[in-house]
Amino acid sequence: MSNDGVNTSRRTLLIGLTSGVGAVGAAALAVPFVKSWQPSARAKNAGAPVSVDISKLEPGQRVVREWRGQPVWVVRRTDTMLEGLKKVEGELRDPESAVDQQPEYARNSHRSIRPEMLVLIGTCTHLGCSPTYNPNPTVEVGLEYGGFYCPCHGSRFDFAGRVYSGVPAPTNMVVPPHSYMSDAVVIIGSEEGETSA
Amino acid sequence: MMGLLNRTVDWVDARLPVVNAFKKHMSEYYAPKNFNFMYYFGVFSIVVLVNQLLTGIWLTMFYSPTDAFDSVEYIMRDVQYGWLIRYMHAVGASMFFAVVYMHMFRGLMYGSYKPPRELVWIFGMLIYLALMAEGFLGYVLPWGNMSYWGAQVIVSLVGAVPYDIIPFIDAKEAKDIGEAIATWVRGDYLLSDATVNKFFALHVVLIPIVLLALVVLHILALHEVGSNNPDGVEIKKNKDENGIPVDGIPFHPYYTVKDLAGIIVFLAVFAVIVFFFPDGGGYFIERPNFEPANPLKTPDHIAPVWYYGPYYAMLRATTLDFIFDAKTWGLFAMGGAIAILFVVPWLDRHPVKSIRYKGWISKVAMVIFAIDFLVLGYLGTQPGSPLKTAIAQIGTLYYFAYFLVVLPFAHRFETSKPVPERVTMGGH
Repeated sequence: MSNDGVNTSRRTLLIGLTSGVGAVGAAALAVPFVKSWQPSARAKNAGAPVSVDISKLEPGQRVVREWRGQPVWVVRRTDTMLEGLKKVEGELRDPESAVDQQPEYARNSHRSIRPEMLVLIGTCTHLGCSPTYNPNPTVEVGLEYGGFYCPCHGSRFDFAGRVYSGVPAPTNMVVPPHSYMSDAVVIIGSEEGETSA
Repeated sequence: MMGLLNRTVDWVDARLPVVNAFKKHMSEYYAPKNFNFMYYFGVFSIVVLVNQLLTGIWLTMFYSPTDAFDSVEYIMRDVQYGWLIRYMHAVGASMFFAVVYMHMFRGLMYGSYKPPRELVWIFGMLIYLALMAEGFLGYVLPWGNMSYWGAQVIVSLVGAVPYDIIPFIDAKEAKDIGEAIATWVRGDYLLSDATVNKFFALHVVLIPIVLLALVVLHILALHEVGSNNPDGVEIKKNKDENGIPVDGIPFHPYYTVKDLAGIIVFLAVFAVIVFFFPDGGGYFIERPNFEPANPLKTPDHIAPVWYYGPYYAMLRATTLDFIFDAKTWGLFAMGGAIAILFVVPWLDRHPVKSIRYKGWISKVAMVIFAIDFLVLGYLGTQPGSPLKTAIAQIGTLYYFAYFLVVLPFAHRFETSKPVPERVTMGGH
């Protein structure tokens, strides 16, 4: 085929325009395919807040509730546990909770609204396993004052979910948004109630 | 009768080059005559691939991703021979990796990735990647407790990528990006039905199509350049008057028949495993996976299936917080360990192809590498301890040293044996 009499600049322009429009079309077509992977409206609705009755929770006791498919722990800490928090501070990676793993109202020495009440997402910040609860000193896993121990890769946390240094987990455990509807009811996933002690 | 058959073949051949293709890839594809035991594993992987496709298609007839765990129990208890089809599929997955690891090691031994076979190696590595994705997705589908927590760990890895190494992205934004991507992969804020349905579609449609396409490319690329052999001698350099390599024999019937004999032995081994050790002693199907997924209870010991063991050991072995945190380094080690395999053709600067004629440094280093890989694989499946972490750290360092130091530089410090002009047969 001869290229005689071909307007090459017009041809280049037309090829460029056609390819450009085609690319825009392809990108637009990709949107529904990518977006369909996002949580559906049904999944979004299922992320509603969960309320927990804490009136019958004894000191040292923990309850586990499911919120957005994650285990949420509510622990009424004993005085011994609270004293332990100060003793372990030297061994922690982030004792001041500098990393943003909690709402502002839980950025304090006990990482909670009320000193005795701990509310935590019960998953390890390493790879999402659920640590075990060791209310009493458990020296064999390195918890001299008790705390949480992740069976997957050996990460350790104190009774405020603060991570020890030298373990795989990089940050403290997450305190979910929560608030108190009354003395007896804490609501997880909602800040409509009281968020100060 | 033969007349009709011949006429049919001629009719088709005039419209589609079937005779030509058969000649090119079978009856007139000349393979070196000195293939040894290690050359069985390529064809074994095709046998396992066929097994996976066949049993996999049958499993989809009974499996339901919205009723995942129960439908697997239904297959195991109620569907006639469902247990057999499922165990053939599950054992097949482990056997796939076993033969592919042997096949890859064969490539390392005889330098089968060296010019002109770099593309063959790269397509092979892409197959290996697709296979790892396929294996992971498939392991999630029964929705046992190990499926759940395994998926949890792997999806977290996606979220744990240090996006803050991208300019103008701070740590907080990086975390949000990671979480957004993890949510996108899960299709929910947590692992749920949406995730299983998605993984099912990827496992039974997308990845198998990619895998088959890559297998075709792997074989086409191989047949373009011709097979390597245990001596690492190019048989195409020595052709007879008809242009046929003097050290080559037609793939069909010589290797088809030889491979068939190997396949029979392989299938016998396969059957013994399927019938007597279908869970591979907890290595093929881990014990916690016989319990339904439970988001509130992590198994005491989370371990990947054995074939991911080496990389998982490397992920756990990195405990150093230096510039990046330990978790990030773990990701780099794991990703790097796989990525480095892709560039092996350019890392190996040894003038000699086959390990047979390389010097003792290469030989010893290769044996240690094989042991290292097995040890890492074992450590990856075991609970951690300070001693095991230390061993895994040494193992990880050696793994990288093998590719970054031994392959590029060993030839400077060793004397190689002379490579023969022609391939050798037996008697070493």
